[in-house]
Amino acid sequence: MSTMTLDMAAPLEGDRSHKARLLMVALIGILAVSCVASLMVGASGVSLPEVMRTVLAGEALSMRDKVILMDIRMPRMVLGVLVGAALAVSGAVMQGLFRNPLADPGLVGVSAGAGLGAIVAIVLGGMLPAALATALGYYMVPLAAFMGSWASTMLLYRVATRKGRTSVATMLLAGIALAALVGALSGLLVYKADDAQLRTLTFWQMGSIAGATWAKVWTSAPLIVLALAATPFLARGLNGLALGEAAASHIGVPVQRVKNGAIVMVACAVGAAVAVSGGIGFVGIVVPHLLRLLSGPDHKYLLINSGLLGASLLLVADLISRVVIAPAELPIGIVTATIGGPFFLWILLRQRGLLGM
Amino acid sequence: MLKATNINLSYGKRQILHGVDFAAQSGEFTAIVGPNGSGKTTLMKALIGEEEYSGEVILEGRNIATAKTWELAAVRGVLPQATALAFPFTVAEVVRLGLTSGVSAGRENLVGMALERVGLATYAGRLYQELSGGEQQRVQLARVLTQVWEPTAHGKPRWLFLDEPVSALDIGHQLVVMQIAQDFARAGGGVVAVMHDLNLTAMFCDSVALISQGQLMRQGTPSEVFCDELLSQAYHCAVRVNTPPASGTFLLPHAASLAAE
Repeated sequence: MSTMTLDMAAPLEGDRSHKARLLMVALIGILAVSCVASLMVGASGVSLPEVMRTVLAGEALSMRDKVILMDIRMPRMVLGVLVGAALAVSGAVMQGLFRNPLADPGLVGVSAGAGLGAIVAIVLGGMLPAALATALGYYMVPLAAFMGSWASTMLLYRVATRKGRTSVATMLLAGIALAALVGALSGLLVYKADDAQLRTLTFWQMGSIAGATWAKVWTSAPLIVLALAATPFLARGLNGLALGEAAASHIGVPVQRVKNGAIVMVACAVGAAVAVSGGIGFVGIVVPHLLRLLSGPDHKYLLINSGLLGASLLLVADLISRVVIAPAELPIGIVTATIGGPFFLWILLRQRGLLGM
Repeated sequence: MLKATNINLSYGKRQILHGVDFAAQSGEFTAIVGPNGSGKTTLMKALIGEEEYSGEVILEGRNIATAKTWELAAVRGVLPQATALAFPFTVAEVVRLGLTSGVSAGRENLVGMALERVGLATYAGRLYQELSGGEQQRVQLARVLTQVWEPTAHGKPRWLFLDEPVSALDIGHQLVVMQIAQDFARAGGGVVAVMHDLNLTAMFCDSVALISQGQLMRQGTPSEVFCDELLSQAYHCAVRVNTPPASGTFLLPHAASLAAE
């Protein structure tokens, strides 16, 4: 009797899926707390408990409180969740696709490609026929960013991958070349831009979710939500790809479809995230790496957990950026780079041997 | 059965395989042997569709060039020479990838059984990246076994394609792995393996294809293929085949005539 119950209770040794599921529950909790904190903290003195008390008592909120909460902090929180999840999940997907823990949209030029797309849309958007420009409306910048990130991901994959194997060195160097090229083109466009466009560009390039509005949320949400909703279908394929492209196809993975799906997913998510938040780096590399340490590389859980932790991380980084030099604010990109830079070096040191560098 | 007809394969301008015909029967363990650079691994790559070839490969009535990925995954497992993983999977997680094919989906108990079969039952929780090359190779074999656990399905044989399955192993584990392959064939499945060790081939295999300079020199039973003259010619060294009464065929390189060459 007792041995039977023991057998049934014990999961297979080396199977970490129960751990990953527990982690998912914890991450949902952390995200909830981060969301509440993001709504509570800010330059003005609106406190959430007070607001809750007012609402529960059936009284109406003051106009000021309502505006701050619903039109400033709420869209900022939602945008933080979307952008954080998009960047972290894109990082995890790219790493799976390139079979390499160092692949990150920010590091290898995918974000730069998206940025170029966004800049082209901001500066040259006026040249489009008026009817087309009106039809695209707010979506012009995210769509252009999507095309930029899609083109750069494709190019990078073509250059860095031969016969299903990706060279770390080639990938990183190609990323540097891509970023330099994109930087030059962006510079050229900035040179051409008029004063109003320059203002838009400068604020956009700072990498921030501080200027969040519902309009920004609605322009980025469709692409990001679509991309995130597609990732569960990539999990099985990305697990297979860990064995290499040939072996993946031998276990029944439709390799070409998974690769195309992964590239479009990354381009959508990164394009939309970069279009509304500028360049926020390192989320895509820090989050999946931490999760692999905690519960293993099974993409079935890694992708979902990356989304949850990425969203929380961005909210917390945003909180820090609001608090550190209050009442002024730091661009959030500075916060993520301060955390992510040393973390990246630590990964390099730990994995030097394994990566053959 | 597996039938390959008139296989030609080139890397760039260099032609590696010249019109090779090759056949393997289910219920048999078939070895592909030949010297380094003879094209035996390349022939394997054509048989499993990893390289582009001209000619035709038919596996259980299906042309592998046009069959769907999942159809092939349901009837054959392929063991590559070596597999490096980019992420820290545990042994159990690697073996579990064999359940991806859909045929074995959800049969979690196969993981433990396959690890037991390759002698790694206690390794389930270890990290794959921290194992030795030979242990990694056995983990990969366990993964392939979970994919095609039953040698036959719906009355049709399934196949194992093994690319140098014992090259990284010590003699004890060489015997274990060869026995697994032979048992798979005895139970009605088909096995094709690229082999370096001619003695192990003679001990375990039912059929041998000898490849030299991109051409099939002879295919037959080990006693038909392993004769002094043919092997010496293929391997460019003197080889003497012995057949002691108590055991099967075994081979010795003939040191004396090496010097004469």
